[in-house]
Amino acid sequence: MAQVKNRLTPFFENITFDRDDNELVLNFGPQHPSAHGQLRLMLHLQQEQIVKAHPDVGYLHRGMEKMAENMIYNEFMPTTDRMDYIASSSNNYGFALAVEKLIGLEVPRRAKVIRMLLLEINRLMSHLFWLATTALDIGAMTVFLFAFREREYLMDIIEGYCGARLTHAAIRIGGVPLDLQDSFLHQLRVFLNKLPQNIKDYEDLLDSNRIWLMRMEEVGTISTEMALSWGCTGPMLRASGVAWDIRKEEPYELYDEVEFNVPFSDKGDNFARYRIYMEEMRESAKILYQCIEMYEKCEKDGQTDLMAHAPKYISAPKIDIMTQNYSLMQHFVLVTQGMRPPVGEVYIPTESPKGELGFYINSQGGPYPYRLKLRAPSFWHTGILTDLLPGHYIPDVVSIIGTTNIVFGEVDR
Amino acid sequence: MRAYKPKDDVQAKAYYTDRFYVAPQMPKSSVEEDEVFASDLAAIKEKFEVKEAYIQVEQMVVYINAHDIYGVLELMRDELSYTQLSEMSAIDWLAKDNTFEIFYQMLSMTKRKRIRIKYFIQNGEAVDSVEKLFRSADWSEREMFDMFGIEANNHPFMKRILMPYDWQGNPLLKTYPLEGDEFAAWYEVDKIYGKEARDIIGPELRDPAKVDRYDSERFARLGHEVPKGTKITGDEPAVTQSYQEEGGVFLVKKLDKESSVIIDDPQR
Repeated sequence: MAQVKNRLTPFFENITFDRDDNELVLNFGPQHPSAHGQLRLMLHLQQEQIVKAHPDVGYLHRGMEKMAENMIYNEFMPTTDRMDYIASSSNNYGFALAVEKLIGLEVPRRAKVIRMLLLEINRLMSHLFWLATTALDIGAMTVFLFAFREREYLMDIIEGYCGARLTHAAIRIGGVPLDLQDSFLHQLRVFLNKLPQNIKDYEDLLDSNRIWLMRMEEVGTISTEMALSWGCTGPMLRASGVAWDIRKEEPYELYDEVEFNVPFSDKGDNFARYRIYMEEMRESAKILYQCIEMYEKCEKDGQTDLMAHAPKYISAPKIDIMTQNYSLMQHFVLVTQGMRPPVGEVYIPTESPKGELGFYINSQGGPYPYRLKLRAPSFWHTGILTDLLPGHYIPDVVSIIGTTNIVFGEVDR
Repeated sequence: MRAYKPKDDVQAKAYYTDRFYVAPQMPKSSVEEDEVFASDLAAIKEKFEVKEAYIQVEQMVVYINAHDIYGVLELMRDELSYTQLSEMSAIDWLAKDNTFEIFYQMLSMTKRKRIRIKYFIQNGEAVDSVEKLFRSADWSEREMFDMFGIEANNHPFMKRILMPYDWQGNPLLKTYPLEGDEFAAWYEVDKIYGKEARDIIGPELRDPAKVDRYDSERFARLGHEVPKGTKITGDEPAVTQSYQEEGGVFLVKKLDKESSVIIDDPQR
């Protein structure tokens, strides 16, 4: 192929490099290992201090909302995996719940318990991943290796359930596709019995570590007003003095039947967020123990249904499809044309590990959503960097990005 | 005759529609059924005109006039304790009546209630920015501008956020096809090499699953491997493949289920 002149060759004629205010503009990213994805930060510096920060996102934009408008509802489910890919079942769940509210569906109890097990395992996976990467950014290699070891074990359990480690697609509209595998509960118990000691190990390494404290305490302080105004949710908001957890305040699934606490802090700095993640892991373990009991009770009571019964929207069980003509026809229509929910709109928030994950769906009665808006918590947790970074120093940028726990699949969608 | 395709909405369409199918409506209930919503609505009605209000899926939906939005959100934030703007965006109704529907999803943490404020604007009109009230609207309004081309008055930095600054077209409009327009298809080529290089470089391969079995430069032919660059005519003899030697290769042993132990302790 003939070589054509590259138009991106820089043209310096009318750019002046000397600025009289001694301000330096530093490009952080988009390929920076501690940006946790494709984040570009334009930092205006006075010596080492940041005077202005301008986050630039969109490097991972795939147009998921556009894709959703061109897909039937079930078809969109695997795409939601690619939002917060650290805890993909929580995205599956948020979407499934929104569509279930749209068509007014009640999910069988056993499916609810399985969903809660998956959600809390995902929360643990996400928090362990957060701890590992943030500690690595700050220089604590040991914690990284420890936390990844535990996360790996959880991923093995999930892999046994749905066959995938990262993009699970483990939840369906109307329930879950599969029952737990035989080894699931045993493996989970083995993990949970060790977890308190593991968390204590991390804390022994970090809580009184001088470097960790210097990088975390009094750094990246978010006031309550700022957190509310910027739409912060999840651990970001709870670290800033608002004990708001959607699982507790607007319970979905069976979260009103389990006992757990909502850890919160009024400090608002990096260290407060770190403490919240650690405490939330303990609470998740508490919920998981209760879910195991619930699951065993379901088994004892003979509640075997995994999918809701709604022939208009949900395919019948496989055995019916293979034996009954009408179920087969129904299944064929639902797969080829897709379900047609009623005309209306819903906004359904769920508490994903990162914060409030909301799905706004506007349905006009067709098989495709007319408008689907994904409310991803990380989007605003990135935006807040505009106001949060000025006044801090360059090394603080890394620890602040770390504790905001942003995932770019979710920011850019 | 070629089938008619509407140009004002190029999104995927159901290929089968029943002429007599009437889509059911989601139930709406009256605002009076919920005390908190009723008092909130009364407070809004005192100062502003409310066109329509109802409750759907436990959330109140309030339609107001476009020019009241700043006042309504200020009242809700300061007096009704709706302290968070969870989400805002637009819905494209250009094909129907040349309007956009804008929605603001509000959350009150003390009342545990959510309200959706909505209004319509004509195509080409701008909305009033609420960035002074809720900083989260800074990025939301930029995203709305990026995706729909709706500008926000008094916004401090009205630039695209997800798409490149020099992008043409607004991806979430119904007139914008899923695979992008001509500008989108040739964006990188035009920018780096110029329009004249389009013929040389050729269109982008948009189907990641596409395998060309006659192209031995870029694709392997599983079961019929040939050296790279071989011209393939189609009459190559079948090659029998074996991927593991009998008894296993050096250091790699075949799995013997009897003598293996399954480890379920994560930290053995």
